[in-house]
Amino acid sequence: MEPTSPSKNSPFPGPEHQEPQTSVPAAASPWKEAFRQLVKNKLAIVGMIIIGFFILIAIFAPLLTTYTYQSMSAADRLQPPSSTHWFGTDDLGRDIFTRIVYGARISLMVGFFAVIGALVFGSLLGIIAGYFGRWIDMIISRIFDIMLAFPSILLAIAIVAILGPSLQNALIAIAIINIPIFGRLVRSKVISIREEEYILAAKAQGMKSGRILFHHVLPNSTAPIIVQATLGFGTAILEAAALGFLGLGAQPPTPEWGRMLSDSRQYIQSAPWTVLFPGLSIMLVVLGFNMIGDGLRDALDPKMKS
Amino acid sequence: MKKPVLEVNRLRTHFFTDNGEIPAVDDVSFHIEAGEVLGVVGESGCGKSVTSLSIMGLVPNPPGKIVGGEIIYRSEKSNSEEDLVTISRKKMRGIRGNQLSMIFQEPMTSLDPLFKIGFQITEGLRKHRSISKKEAHNKAVEMLQLVGIPRPHEIVNEYPHQLSGGMRQRVMIAIAMSSDPEVLIADEPTTALDVTIQAQILELMKKLNKEKGTAILLVTHDLGVVAEICDRVVVMYSGKVVEQGNVRTILKDPKHPYTQGLIRSLPKLTERDERLYSIPGNVPKPGSILKGCRFAPRCPHVFDRCIKEDPELLQLEGEHLCRCFLYAEEGGVKDDRETTVGS
Repeated sequence: MEPTSPSKNSPFPGPEHQEPQTSVPAAASPWKEAFRQLVKNKLAIVGMIIIGFFILIAIFAPLLTTYTYQSMSAADRLQPPSSTHWFGTDDLGRDIFTRIVYGARISLMVGFFAVIGALVFGSLLGIIAGYFGRWIDMIISRIFDIMLAFPSILLAIAIVAILGPSLQNALIAIAIINIPIFGRLVRSKVISIREEEYILAAKAQGMKSGRILFHHVLPNSTAPIIVQATLGFGTAILEAAALGFLGLGAQPPTPEWGRMLSDSRQYIQSAPWTVLFPGLSIMLVVLGFNMIGDGLRDALDPKMKS
Repeated sequence: MKKPVLEVNRLRTHFFTDNGEIPAVDDVSFHIEAGEVLGVVGESGCGKSVTSLSIMGLVPNPPGKIVGGEIIYRSEKSNSEEDLVTISRKKMRGIRGNQLSMIFQEPMTSLDPLFKIGFQITEGLRKHRSISKKEAHNKAVEMLQLVGIPRPHEIVNEYPHQLSGGMRQRVMIAIAMSSDPEVLIADEPTTALDVTIQAQILELMKKLNKEKGTAILLVTHDLGVVAEICDRVVVMYSGKVVEQGNVRTILKDPKHPYTQGLIRSLPKLTERDERLYSIPGNVPKPGSILKGCRFAPRCPHVFDRCIKEDPELLQLEGEHLCRCFLYAEEGGVKDDRETTVGS
């Protein structure tokens, strides 16, 4: 029963060979195609430049400044921006530029780990809920609903209040409040992909549900997850800054942007640079991630566009 | 005489919904001989797709469930006999995509958009048989060649979105045929394709049937397709088999009023002004007719008995079976043009 040996001509001559050649010459994976779309998007490029810039200053922070972020100097309190202190100094005479640069490390790290944490746990719960359905879905979805019923920052404050204020606990709190956002997204995607015909076709080939789940359902669900993760980066950084502002996040002398804002808020009129630069940094980073996120969404999901 | 490779006996697949139990497949029996092409014909919702999914063990559960009957699969290669209804899930996975393959109606959505054609062709094969990557690649090229895809060496490395519907259906057939199955179940394989491509796909299936001896269960609503490649036909209506027999007999001399109606409603290329015939009414919702013949409300020959009793499947000549009271009294042969019987 061996099929005909792969000879040059197919055993079926005739009209088949006149079939119009509809395939495009260059084989491009859907991911590469999406990337091509992304780099065409000007706003996304601007976003990537902003984020790339912040990543670079975070990495090379020690090379960019001669001060340390905690060195105080009573003589230099609340100095306006100058050639020695580019962004001025704060009420304790610390160089704001230095603190911003080191603060980039904190913010990006918080964003990264909070998003990774929320992504991993949220996706896992979402997959379980979406694939197994029934009562498991019931329980997980209700928990998500309950968590989403609270204003997220309130929930984060409550969690930090329980765990105690520190940067690490703020990060955990932010991860937790973002779990239901990823969870619901993954769940709905899994439910819709599960009904696709190629999943049935995979089953008809005798594949196990575990393999189908991780090899076909999950990869086809990743596009919205990637978009949400990018946008989530911005939100997480904003939330970390909010917790820092409330004194529930990073503790002094950690140069956390939100904390810098709150420490300097009484000088907003006398020394506006003390709040301007941390505020501007937060805004730029969040804006950058949002621009990338929007670009990714357009690139990965052509149907969403307008 | 050789026993059939697949035998469906009194199969009943029900769907359990909020509105009660719906018998989508109700007491269906038929068989497929090795190497034959069997057509299952009927309107949408008559249970033909559910029948094929039942054989593959892929009825969505919940809400569907096989509640009765048996599906006997006799493998000549492994010399075994299994009831696919009671078989373990693990064993069924070993048969699915290996000895029993299936192709679907929608070639546009039946391929995973994220993987290359070559990978998808051999994904199932690599699971059922341990073969190396290189062997898999060669096998994929070979299968593409077999189903008549031009430039197979390039196409193996392309993605589904780069192919047309006809080519994708060929790829689906290549996937299904890659394991040399004994039975290929094709659920409306040509419905989504345009007519010229349809003919090519049918031609291909016929060739594979002839050359490899693969038995084909072809589910379709298109009698033209049936006439083209089937050896025998099963006509289904509202979850039941209403007529069964040799393709020539059924098409030339249909006995059941439903089959007659189906054939009459085919458009003819040569006649133009005449209004196209259609069977009055709609397919009843499965489960809505509890007593009597299910076709009775639409039947032009309906009489008292049809509404009171459920007709049995009668044997007419030879293998020709028909579920209709018109032929009950005279033990078989009855001229179908006589409309007033037993009134």
